[in-house]
Amino acid sequence: MLQDRAKYSIAGILVATFLGYSCFLYADLPVKDQAGLQAGDKGKMIWQQYNCGACHQVYGLGGYLGPDLTNSYSKRGPAYIQAFLANGTNIMPNYHLTETEIKELTEYLRNLDASGISDPRTFTIQNNGFINQ
Amino acid sequence: MDSSISKPAPYPAYFIRFGLVLLAFGMVFGIIGGLQYVLPGFLKGILSFEKTRPLHVSAVLFWIILTATGGIFTYVQEHSGRKIHSVLLLKIQFFLFGISIVLIMACYFAGMFGGREYWEYPPYLSIPIVLGWLLFLVNFLRTVGSLKKQPVYIWMWLTGIIFFLFTFAESYLWVLPYFRKNIINDMTIQWKSYGSMVGSWNQLIYGSSAYLMCKISGDQRTAFSKKAFALYFIGLFNLMFNWGHHIYTLPTHVYVRQISYAVSMTELLLLGRIIWEWKQSLTTAQKFLHLSSYRLMLAADVWIFLNLLLAIGMSVPAINVYTHGTHVTVAHAMGTTIGINTMLLLAIVSDLLAQKQSQGGRNSKNGFWVANISLLVFWLSLIIAGILKARWQMSNNPLPFSSMIQQLRPFFMVFLVSGTTLAAGILMILFSLFKKNIHVTSNQDIQI
Repeated sequence: MLQDRAKYSIAGILVATFLGYSCFLYADLPVKDQAGLQAGDKGKMIWQQYNCGACHQVYGLGGYLGPDLTNSYSKRGPAYIQAFLANGTNIMPNYHLTETEIKELTEYLRNLDASGISDPRTFTIQNNGFINQ
Repeated sequence: MDSSISKPAPYPAYFIRFGLVLLAFGMVFGIIGGLQYVLPGFLKGILSFEKTRPLHVSAVLFWIILTATGGIFTYVQEHSGRKIHSVLLLKIQFFLFGISIVLIMACYFAGMFGGREYWEYPPYLSIPIVLGWLLFLVNFLRTVGSLKKQPVYIWMWLTGIIFFLFTFAESYLWVLPYFRKNIINDMTIQWKSYGSMVGSWNQLIYGSSAYLMCKISGDQRTAFSKKAFALYFIGLFNLMFNWGHHIYTLPTHVYVRQISYAVSMTELLLLGRIIWEWKQSLTTAQKFLHLSSYRLMLAADVWIFLNLLLAIGMSVPAINVYTHGTHVTVAHAMGTTIGINTMLLLAIVSDLLAQKQSQGGRNSKNGFWVANISLLVFWLSLIIAGILKARWQMSNNPLPFSSMIQQLRPFFMVFLVSGTTLAAGILMILFSLFKKNIHVTSNQDIQI
């Protein structure tokens, strides 16, 4: 049987490390430059309001009914994206988005595209099982 | 464990009953969602997929949370030999959860969103959930009394309660522009919270299953053993630090991915333990297999093994790069939510509804087999669909997305049919339990 003192010590060390790691991460977010993101931020709120993530993925996370949209802006261009947003498809409803909403969503997708590449083919695999892009 | 509390306060039963209603809702919306995969545009006008998916996911998550809460409040009374510290707090907690869940479901039907994965509803509806959870923490601590010389399941319950509160609050850091404005920063914190949150509700459920195993075997020693606490600390270590395996392909800090990779590999110890103790498990299984709650826990053990294999594989970045964003991830999510969490919760419900260890009727046994065989087919269909999608993702000349989805359609058909029979199997188990409970109630005035 493990003594209570040993249990408290192990739990205490783990909790302190977890809190330290969390605080460190909050202070050391991966991307420091947040300038010029206001328009993309409005688009992101619209993305959430219409729950686009139920069907679409961003960096492979989200729904599976529609395609991953991380790099749709550079692959398809704004006109193509806006045509889908304005009309819907046989699966995606037409949400009757306003012109402003369409512009802001497109801006969000532009920002998203600029944030990185989600295509798994761009990763190289190392001998230790790790991956690099 | 004190069995002198023959009639624990009945209020935890409200959580379980509401949880069971939500499980039924979750299964209905799961089937509708499956139909929308094979019949594109099905119910598009009134209940399109962006509504169906959160209705399904939230109903199932609240089934897990409510039933785990009800189970803990019942078992903690049995364990401590004391009644719940404050029935009033429990009632307020139930009211706060209940009103939030009803409003959340109404918002989904109305197409009112604003949140994100798991919690897609307008964020302010999380406030009563946080308040209710704080009451849960206070009531639990006051009922337990002291943490001195407590078995492992008390530690697991407390861990689950505290970490759910922390990670749930953390998952709302996005409301602050500092965290939200950059997509990479936002997703890093989002999946940090979600990865740990899943671990926290697992602690709630696994704690109750550890308690139930002790109750069935009549042996409390295992809950105090060094091995039990070693496994608990491995689980806690993973809850805290393995979350990065959700975001290996996100251009976040390299150290986040390296830490998660290393920590996730400690789950090999859990896998090794299952294999090492396989023979002993079989001996125990032969002894208690006639009990319906034990049967369900044994099924969960098999699903733990299968999903642990899958999880460890997916935690290796070199494998994850293939499986990420495919239905292999869905197979893992469904395998753990249904195969492990739901089987364990049904075992707990079975224990609580029957009041005494029940053998279950023919319906219960048939339902058990229908549910588990269906789940295996369901799980395999998703894995195969995922492997085909992975091949598509890695192809140098990929077909259009719609053509790839068309190729996966036969597997979605299998997924839909097996999902429907899986729901039927679960309903058979529940029907059998309720039938028994009504019978017992009418004769002995006993109910949860």
